[in-house]
Amino acid sequence: MKHIKVTPQRLLLPGLVGCLLVLLATLSLYASPYTIVLITSILMYVVLTVSWVIFSGPTGYISLAPAAFFGVGIYTSAILGRTLPLLVVIAVGGFASFCLALLIGALTLRLRGIYFAIFTFGLVELIKHFLLWWEINMTGTRGRFVIVVNNTTIYHVMLGIFVALVLTAYGIRRSKFGLALQSIGENEEAAAHIGVNVTLVKVITFAISAIFTGAAGGIMATRWTYIDPYIAFNPLFSFMPVLMAIFGGMGQFYGPFLGAVIFAYLEELLITRFPYYYMLLFGIVLVVVILFLPDGLAGLIQKWRKGGQARQHANP
Amino acid sequence: MIVTILDIVIAGLLLGGLYALIAMGLSLQYGVARVLNISHGEFIMLGALTTWSLYTVFGMNPLIAIGICGPLAFILGFIIHRLLFRRLRTLAASPAVFEGNSMLASFGLMFIIQNVALIAWGPEIRGYSYLAIPVSLGGALFGANRLITLGFAIIIGLAFYIFLARTRTGKAIRAAAQDPVTAGLMGVNINQVLALCFGLGAAMAGIAGMLISLCYPVHAVMGLEYTVIAVIVVVLGGLGSIPGSFIGGFMLGLIGSIVTAWQPGLALVAYYFIFILLLLVRPTGIMGR
Repeated sequence: MKHIKVTPQRLLLPGLVGCLLVLLATLSLYASPYTIVLITSILMYVVLTVSWVIFSGPTGYISLAPAAFFGVGIYTSAILGRTLPLLVVIAVGGFASFCLALLIGALTLRLRGIYFAIFTFGLVELIKHFLLWWEINMTGTRGRFVIVVNNTTIYHVMLGIFVALVLTAYGIRRSKFGLALQSIGENEEAAAHIGVNVTLVKVITFAISAIFTGAAGGIMATRWTYIDPYIAFNPLFSFMPVLMAIFGGMGQFYGPFLGAVIFAYLEELLITRFPYYYMLLFGIVLVVVILFLPDGLAGLIQKWRKGGQARQHANP
Repeated sequence: MIVTILDIVIAGLLLGGLYALIAMGLSLQYGVARVLNISHGEFIMLGALTTWSLYTVFGMNPLIAIGICGPLAFILGFIIHRLLFRRLRTLAASPAVFEGNSMLASFGLMFIIQNVALIAWGPEIRGYSYLAIPVSLGGALFGANRLITLGFAIIIGLAFYIFLARTRTGKAIRAAAQDPVTAGLMGVNINQVLALCFGLGAAMAGIAGMLISLCYPVHAVMGLEYTVIAVIVVVLGGLGSIPGSFIGGFMLGLIGSIVTAWQPGLALVAYYFIFILLLLVRPTGIMGR
C-alpha cells in the first residue's frame, strides 16, 4: 500500500507552473515592449505546436493542415476585424477553423498514413490558390489590411489562448478520450474492436485542435497588419509545428513546449540576419532528430533521468 | 475552332511531357524505395540552376549540360539514400513507420538543399534564351525549346521502360518494388537497388530541371511547386506505378492547358481539386493496384 504523500517534490511542478503563469500574466507591467513581442511570437509557436500534438501526437496521423486553420483565422480577422470586437473576431476565427476541420476530418480521416499528410498539404495549397484567383478576378484586390491592435493586447489574448490550450491538451491527455486516441495510434482496428468510436474520436479531436490554431491566426493577423493569401496560407506554418513537436519529443507532455520555445527563440535570433542559415539549420535539425533522436529532446531528458536513477540504485 | 482545340492539345502535350518526366522520377523513389521524396523538386532546381550557371558562365550548350546534371544528381541521390534513408529503413519498426519518417526526413532535406542553393545562387529569378525559335505545328506556333523538352521526356520515358523490362537490373528493381524482403532473399542486393532507384529518380529530376531551364525562368525556391505537381501526377497515375505516372503526366498537362484556355489562373486550383477528389474517390489512381 502506498499513500500519496504531499512532499515538497510533488508541489514543485505545480508551484513552478503557477509562478511561470503569474510571471507571464504580469509581464506587460515591467518588461520592455520588445520582450512582449518576442514572447508573443514564442507563444504563437507553442500554441501551433501543442495544438498539432493534441491530434497528431497520440494518433500518429501527420497533419499538414495547420496552415489552413491558421490562414482561416487570419482571414476572419481581416474580414471581420473592423466591424466586430476583437475577442468576438478571435472566437469566430476559432469556430471557422473548427468547422473546416470537422469537414476535412469527416472527409479524409479514412485515409491512412502518408495519404492523409499529402491530402492536408494539398488542401492548404488549394485554398491559397483559390483565394488568390478569387481576389484577383472577383473582388479585384490583392491582399487586405487588418485593423491594428496594440502589442500588449495581442500578448494578453495570445496568453489567454495559450492557457486555454494547455488546459484542454492536459485534460484530453488525462481523460478516457486521450486513452482512446492513444489506442487508435497503436492499433486502429483493435481500438474499434474494443468499442472506441474511431471516426468520431478522430474527427472531434482534430476539430478541437484546430480551434486554437485558428484563434492564434486571428490574433497574429492584427500584428502583421497586411496580409495576402501567400502570407496567410504559408505552408511553413504547417511544417514548423511538425518540426518543433518532433524536436521536442511527443512522448512527454512538456516535449512540444520545449521544442517550440527553443525554435521560436532561435528564429527570433537568426531570421532577420541570417534567414537562409536559419532555414538550413531547421532542415539539418529535422533530419538529425529523425535519424538519431526519435523521441526528441524529451526522450533524451527522460533517458538521462532514468540513467541517473539507475546509478543511484546501483550505489546505495 | 479546330485550330484552337489543336492548340490546346499540343500545349497540353508539351506541358505533359515535362510533368511525366518529373513524376516518373518521384514514382521510382516512392514506388520502389518507399520514400515520398518532398525534396524531389529541389533536385529539379539544382539541375536548372546548374544548367543556368554552365550556360552563362562557361557558355556551355544546355543540351550538353544534361551529361553533367544527370550524373551529378544521380550521385547525390545515391549518397543521400545510403547515408539517410537506408538507416531509417533499418531502424523503422514497420513499412508504414518508414514511410512517415522518410517523408519527414525529406522535408528536412528540402530545407537543406533549398537554403544551400539560396546561399550559393541567391534568390534572384534567372533565365536565358536558348532555341526560342517558333516552330509551326498544324497552324499553331510553339517554341523549339518546348518541343525539345517533349522529345527528351518521351525518349527518357521509353528508354527507362526498356531498361526496366529488359535488363537484369531492371528486373531486380521490379522485384524490389513488389516485395523488398522476398527480393532480398532471392539474392537481390536490396540496399544497392533501393539506392539505385533513388539515384535514378534524382537523375530524372536533374534532367527535368535542365529542360525546365530551357523554357521557364528558374530560381532557388522553385522546387516545391514542381514537387507538388509530381505528387499530384503520381497520385493520379497510382502511387508506385511508373507507366501510370507517364500517362498521368500527360493527362495533367492536358487538363492544365484546357483550364488555362478557359480561365487562366485556375490551373493550379484545378490540379489541387483533381488531386483532392482523387484521394477521396480513388486513392489508388488510374493504374493503381
